Amino acid sequence: MINYLLFIVLPYAALTIFLIGSIYRYRSRGFSVSSISSQFLEGRRLFWGSQPFHWGLFFLFFGHLIAFLFPRAVLAWNGQPVRLLILEITAFVFGLSALLGLLLLVRRRLITKRVKIVTSKMDIVVFVILLVQIISGLMVAYYSRWGSSWFASFITPYLRSIFVFDPQMDAIASVTSVWLKVHVVSAFTLIGIIPFTRFMHFLVYPLDYTWRSYQQVIWNWNRRYIRTSRAHSEGHKSQNN
Amino acid sequence: MDVRSQVSMVFHLDKCIGCHTCSIACKNIWTDRKGAEYMWWNNVETKPGTGYPTKWEDQEIYKGGWEKNGDSVSLKGAGKFKGLKNIFHNPHLPVLDDYYEPWTYKYQDLFTAPEGDDQPTARPVSLVTGEHMDVQAGPNWDDDLGGSPDYARQDYNLNQLSQAEQEAMFQLERMTFFYLPRICNHCLNPACVASCPSGAIYKRGEDGVVLINQERCRAWRMCVTACPYKKSYYNWHTGKSEKCVLCYPRLESGQAPACFHSCVGRIRYLGVLLYDADKIQKIASVPEDQLVDAQMDIYLDPFDPEVIRKAQLNGIADSTIEAAQKSPVYKFVKVWKLALPLHPEFRTLPNLFYVPALLPTMATVSNGIYDSTSKSLWNDVSQNRLPMKYLASLFTAGNTSKIVEVMKRLMAVRLHRRGVTVGDLNRNEISSAMSEAQVDAETADAIFRLTSLATFDERFVIPPAHREESIEMLENTGDVKGNTGFGFKERPARGL
Ligand code: SF4
Ligand code: SF4
Repeated sequence: MINYLLFIVLPYAALTIFLIGSIYRYRSRGFSVSSISSQFLEGRRLFWGSQPFHWGLFFLFFGHLIAFLFPRAVLAWNGQPVRLLILEITAFVFGLSALLGLLLLVRRRLITKRVKIVTSKMDIVVFVILLVQIISGLMVAYYSRWGSSWFASFITPYLRSIFVFDPQMDAIASVTSVWLKVHVVSAFTLIGIIPFTRFMHFLVYPLDYTWRSYQQVIWNWNRRYIRTSRAHSEGHKSQNN
Repeated sequence: MDVRSQVSMVFHLDKCIGCHTCSIACKNIWTDRKGAEYMWWNNVETKPGTGYPTKWEDQEIYKGGWEKNGDSVSLKGAGKFKGLKNIFHNPHLPVLDDYYEPWTYKYQDLFTAPEGDDQPTARPVSLVTGEHMDVQAGPNWDDDLGGSPDYARQDYNLNQLSQAEQEAMFQLERMTFFYLPRICNHCLNPACVASCPSGAIYKRGEDGVVLINQERCRAWRMCVTACPYKKSYYNWHTGKSEKCVLCYPRLESGQAPACFHSCVGRIRYLGVLLYDADKIQKIASVPEDQLVDAQMDIYLDPFDPEVIRKAQLNGIADSTIEAAQKSPVYKFVKVWKLALPLHPEFRTLPNLFYVPALLPTMATVSNGIYDSTSKSLWNDVSQNRLPMKYLASLFTAGNTSKIVEVMKRLMAVRLHRRGVTVGDLNRNEISSAMSEAQVDAETADAIFRLTSLATFDERFVIPPAHREESIEMLENTGDVKGNTGFGFKERPARGL
């Protein structure tokens, strides 16, 4: 029963909330979507926390994504023990870097008066869930070696079953590692709270900056277009004035 | 030729009395909010001085603006690669202390303090943390050369001067200063727009005002670094960047921006310049000593039939073209060549121009003797109280001959008017000064008139915005009557 709640109800609830919530917030509450950076109030300590934290998570995120999308490729890569070791150690180092960064960020929030002022209750929730997520991840990596290999047989089928709306929780429920279960549950919780937290800024990462032109000009009313347009008399006209 | 229209500005520095009325008018309307207390979209600096934020002109520190890169220009401290690389921590971002920590006083204590032997005091408290604080700096901390050894001596533009020239400037009896009011320049090649990763900043096509879309800003903070004038500010409370909006709601309804309207010295002029948008990149990339002249080339003659035809083709309203013909900015900048951009070497092609302060010498002191027997009432401009090199560093990217030209023209006008009103000067002296500066009596009178006697409507020639029509393009005005207006549709509250 508890397994059913944690591994089937929670994921669907989280994904639904995530989808509806973040689309709604992006479209109707655009002003509130921001990374609300506090670098302006304190910059030096932020450097030592933010850089290892974000870059660590950045690579771990793509690592997980690749393992989920292309499990065979990962298994093939792991065919040689040396390559497996390289992969696992690199991932572990990114995990440690994210943890170290996060701890420094928490410390900064606590000891910097100016930053404390701009810390909301939701920021504390964010810190707690990230701590749980990162620590459990490191524990799994350490105690249940080698995750990059068994990922394909335990996690990928489970996740895939979730996404094809045919949830199968046998694989995940049979896992003995508590850390792994914690990691999965907190991951879905994290996804579920995205719309209510500053995690939103992850969704608006400015990828399009890489291809947009540098300068941007916007016309309220492009008279040139209107003068050359033949469609200007079409469309509906004002009813009452 | 891609003709566009730009609302541009001239500040006549000889007339600025440093009263800060403009700053207060702006603050009352726009930045009297939590997180914005430290922002001064309009600020007035004393020059020489370090300005606000401290030493903003030194791009070795702040990495603002563009730098020449082959045939083109690239952002010095931001851009696609640098911006995305530094997105988690921007090493060039100024922090609150580079501006100042805003504060207020506990006035209530004056009333509620218990009876005692001492006078009650209103202690300063920080507007950020709410705690007691010792005030260390303010937005105009070095006003009127206050604390010159720490501030005026650190002025970035002094780097151009030799040690001896600097010492001469700071001799007590030679010391001088002028005020430099600054707002966003609504640049033609805005570094803030180019640096914004989320694409929240844009230039309005109709009038060239540069704005930040508050709903799209995600606090990546790159514009703060990229603007070399430090006129994009980060609101630490809402997590959004903000900047001068040139009071666009006022402009659209035909009123001058608040800082212009309230200016006590009447130093401010506002009007349309037509420019050729095809040339922006080329002109932003010319060698430094040609920058001022090149920028003047981008602005077009609004009386030229060809320009008018192209402007009409581009959909510029006839009322805007008419405003461009009457524009006081066009006269100061293009016709009379009296107004110069501030730090053109930042290559953003700013649209705020300054008529430099003349500051002539009327006497000299040598060996303790006060000597007023110069051959003229005002000595030659080369002996002005501020070295030409200093002004050149501010207004012409170091091109001294350019600034001397402007000074000579200003001096010629002054001599001519002295001749007209007082008549105590040698006629030959006046006419030789005027012919050297290539100013005839008629022009000099026109300059004099626009400088000192111009009415409100001559100083501010605001093109009608025709927003009423633009709204009709998008929706039925009848349907939205009473529904939309100026302001936030969403309460501007800090996100979670
Ligand atoms: S002055 Fe700065 S903020 Fe204003 S348009 Fe230029 S670059 Fe942007
Ligand atoms: S209101 Fe006018 S005169 Fe006064 S400081 Fe501002 S610009 Fe100068």
